Amino acid sequence: MNDGILRYNLVERVMHWIAAITYCYVLLTGLAFYSPHLYWIATLLGGAPTSRYWHPWVALVFTAVLFWMLRQWLGDMRITPQDRAWGDAVGHYIRNEDENLPPIDRFNIGQKYFFWVMLYSGIVLVLTGGVLWFPELIPWSLRSLRYAAVLLHVSAALISIGAFIIHVYMGTAVVRGGFTSAIRGEVSPAWARTHHRLWYHRVTGR
Amino acid sequence: MSTGALRIQRASGHAGPIPGEDTQRRMQVAKLIDTTTCIGCKACEVACLEWNDLTFRDTVFENSYQTMPETAWNYWNLIKFNEHQRDDGSMMFLMRKDQCMHCADPGCLAACPAENAIVQYQNGIVDFQQEYCIGCQYCVTGCPFNIPKFNSQTKKVFKCTLCSDRVGQGLEPACIKACPTGCLHFGTKDDMKELAETRAQQLREHSGYANAGVYDPAGVGGTGVIYVLHDITNPEAYGGLPSNPRVPWTVRIWKGPLKWLGNLAMIGGLIGVTMHYLRYGPKHVNGSGEEGGRP
Repeated sequence: MNDGILRYNLVERVMHWIAAITYCYVLLTGLAFYSPHLYWIATLLGGAPTSRYWHPWVALVFTAVLFWMLRQWLGDMRITPQDRAWGDAVGHYIRNEDENLPPIDRFNIGQKYFFWVMLYSGIVLVLTGGVLWFPELIPWSLRSLRYAAVLLHVSAALISIGAFIIHVYMGTAVVRGGFTSAIRGEVSPAWARTHHRLWYHRVTGR
Repeated sequence: MSTGALRIQRASGHAGPIPGEDTQRRMQVAKLIDTTTCIGCKACEVACLEWNDLTFRDTVFENSYQTMPETAWNYWNLIKFNEHQRDDGSMMFLMRKDQCMHCADPGCLAACPAENAIVQYQNGIVDFQQEYCIGCQYCVTGCPFNIPKFNSQTKKVFKCTLCSDRVGQGLEPACIKACPTGCLHFGTKDDMKELAETRAQQLREHSGYANAGVYDPAGVGGTGVIYVLHDITNPEAYGGLPSNPRVPWTVRIWKGPLKWLGNLAMIGGLIGVTMHYLRYGPKHVNGSGEEGGRP
């Protein structure tokens, strides 16, 4: 580990875990309001009125972190021609034939899509969530906004959940070393060479 | 505002059947409001406050006889005044008692995620049980009549109960009791419907209101509050009574197909990643002895 390469600095890691915890909270409380079969989750989290009270406030923290991430990682998250070449070969990635993949920079196209999906669904969620938070501030003549908001809020949430499942699965089970990098910030040179060769060359100069 | 004397047939946020559902046959009740004989005295507004122990709110003057623009969390019954110009240029006052319509197919109940916060009794009364309310205000979005109102202090939603506590004891609602002109009636839905139709016919045949009719909108399965209107073709003139109220289609999709699609997608996603792991397992990094590398 002494020759570890810094992949995420401390602030990035802290922000990631604030996002993770706040997302899990709004996910769980949101699921409780989503289905009667999952309403018990709200009971576990201190009761449904409490869950309803904190859901939007915690969501605001999550949204703030999302925009911090946008500012921090915008340069890294743009999709490049190398990413597209990698994306065309994603079947190899899925089948763990990583030696057949073209080299890429700090993030692969899947991570980039995850970022953009979370950002855009987060924006939809916070805008529609505002309508759901204060429906009585929407005049009766504009009530179609409320009608649109309930549908869009759930749709965006479901899309983000899909992305979230894959993100957690990849980060913990599949890409060994990924979870450690999100905690301690460092990856091994071999890891960097295997998964992000262009980034490895860029940061090490090797 | 629950009452033990009434049996519940539908409850919000409830998975599975309702205990005791359909074990008893019970008459549907209805309130009949004859707008043609309402004089706008607001006795019903006062009676509602008195019986339900609500304090009087500040009134809002908007160049009309109306007490305030719309109902409020502690003001469930409001006479809407509208000056209406007829085709011949003459003026008429349209007065409509506005309150919860007690829909047979209530949008508030469909939208509510909190178990038992909104119930429908077997007599058709739709009631909010505030002890279960979580203050999400989805009912505000689900209601096509703009009735549920939020108390931002207590984070609970309130509306007319059709005096379910009185009805459960065999009494008529307080507003009915107070009406001096007899424009308010209470009884079984069938009786009220018949009375309303008779009155509408009378208005058509003897009073020159050719379009008189009964407002019992089918879009929400009929309502537990029905109106006799001078002009059934223009309910909007009566303080914005919707001509074809429906539970918003987005609420239907949200609570129907989207729920199943979403559940399938989430469960499918979890099964999908599990299957991927079983088939392909973790990724190995070339170069042994390093973090994340092959052991």
